[in-house]
Amino acid sequence: MTLAEYISTYTRELIIDKDAIVMGQCLTAVGWVAGTIPPLKNHPNIIELPMADVAGGGFAVGAALDEARPVIYVIRYQGFLWYNAISIANYAAKSFELFGVPCPLIVRAIGMEGGIGPVAGNSHLSLLLRMPGLNIFAPMTIAEWKRSMEFHFEQSKNPTIIGEHRASYSLTIELKDYVYSDARVNLLAIGASRLNARTAHDDLKDRGIKVNLFNLYMLSPLTWPEGLLESVTELGSCIIIDSDFEKWGPSQNIAYMLSSITKCKIELLGLQTRSAGFSKATDNVSPSAQEIIQKVQQTKSY
Amino acid sequence: MKYRLNQVMEEINLISIYKKMYRIRQFELKVREAHQNGLISVPIYLSVGQESIASALSEFFPQGLPIFAQHRCHSYYIAFGGALPTLRDQLLSSEALWDQGAGGSASISDRSITMFGHSGFMGDQIPIAAGFAMMQKKVTLGVIGDASAEEDYVIATLGFIAKKKIPLLIVCEDNNLSILTQVHERRNWKFVDVAKSFGCEAYEITDHPRQIWARLSQWNQTSPLVLNIKTTRHLWHAGSGQDESPIHDTILEVESEIFKNVGEAALLEIKSNIDREMTRLWK
Repeated sequence: MTLAEYISTYTRELIIDKDAIVMGQCLTAVGWVAGTIPPLKNHPNIIELPMADVAGGGFAVGAALDEARPVIYVIRYQGFLWYNAISIANYAAKSFELFGVPCPLIVRAIGMEGGIGPVAGNSHLSLLLRMPGLNIFAPMTIAEWKRSMEFHFEQSKNPTIIGEHRASYSLTIELKDYVYSDARVNLLAIGASRLNARTAHDDLKDRGIKVNLFNLYMLSPLTWPEGLLESVTELGSCIIIDSDFEKWGPSQNIAYMLSSITKCKIELLGLQTRSAGFSKATDNVSPSAQEIIQKVQQTKSY
Repeated sequence: MKYRLNQVMEEINLISIYKKMYRIRQFELKVREAHQNGLISVPIYLSVGQESIASALSEFFPQGLPIFAQHRCHSYYIAFGGALPTLRDQLLSSEALWDQGAGGSASISDRSITMFGHSGFMGDQIPIAAGFAMMQKKVTLGVIGDASAEEDYVIATLGFIAKKKIPLLIVCEDNNLSILTQVHERRNWKFVDVAKSFGCEAYEITDHPRQIWARLSQWNQTSPLVLNIKTTRHLWHAGSGQDESPIHDTILEVESEIFKNVGEAALLEIKSNIDREMTRLWK
């Protein structure tokens, strides 16, 4: 089963078992959002919203105030979080803290990259990460997506942002951590960059260079991968790889936190500080496997 | 249930509405006094002059209804049964408050009367109220001012509630002022015209309780209703100041009807009871 099929199946069960509502734009159009929405044609619980992106976030937030039923709000382009942030970040995120009224909205914000331009491309989760009251996850696999939803339903009264990535939808495998006793470098990868980090890991291993690879998807509340802190302390360094901007993006904050705990040197590799164009020459995408390998080779001499 | 208009006019209890109006007025004047004496330090948005709208609505919906308002919402809290000591304490920022003092005058939240808090973004309560009403499938109240009516997400919501037939009652308290900038300086369209163009039932009326009741009584409560209610703000947008005497005061208009109907003695008794309540409350 692919991640897309899993999300669709999970959503179908949520609709049937818990009378959940799925809201968004163009949900029932060709492809049912890359196969992640169950094709329940004309089902009353799948609500097509108008193309009013700012108001749409408000409709979803208001629906989620009815705590009796789960509400999943699908944002087809993660960059459209800029529109939706008004109600999600400033009402839903604060409702429980300020007013004691839970607003357990589930937002599926779908990222992509490569030839898609400055708004639709790349990760935009950093926009919301500064806000208290939001759970923000960037799962890439079935187990991670499932764990994100379990966290939402079992441990939180706040909204949850699931930062998905189109590149993950066809995945059938889990992206496990790799930890070696004789590794010389730690990699901590976030979001879609994890795919290239894994390729880099495999390539380096073939060349006889072992790197520890840790995967981070629970961004807020931040949940360190098991063994990361010990490994960073032991080796004295870590490279954080992300699909968001290197400057002022999540990786910079995570580096600060990691450095504060371990007192070790933390390097970053993320998007360049410029807007992405549509052509290959002007695009701005996650660090490639080759770029990651180069960074490792520069770092392993510490 | 859809009422016949003449039946409603017989049923309207103007005395009950007046009592609420007078109670709100006196509470707000006490808040003003406390603010001017330096006892209240949070920003305040007083309902003085605009009391009739919440009072009439609450009498029409005696069982209550979900309320999504914004600043200048004391009148809704009081009219729909909120506890005055709680609001007083909230404004005085003492302890044991419903939201630990985080909401302030502008963001009253009280689950006991299904009144939801506000974020501070003007008008964002309207799309949120629409989503809530869609899920609940029951009449929900969204309150805005004439300035919030210009927010793009409010306009977009009109299309959504018309299309989905959501029973959202949007009340625009039109005091003609965004702080001090008048409507005619900001736009050349009427909120009701825009609402109608989207397919909403919409009316522009005065804030006399009879006019409000007349429109509510003809509403089927299964699709949206938009009321742009002309009213008069007596005090500053925020704070307790006043630039000039108000050109209109609906409470006096209603009071003269009460006077004619029940006489001076009964009217004085109503007022003195409420005055005593306020004295005790603010002692």
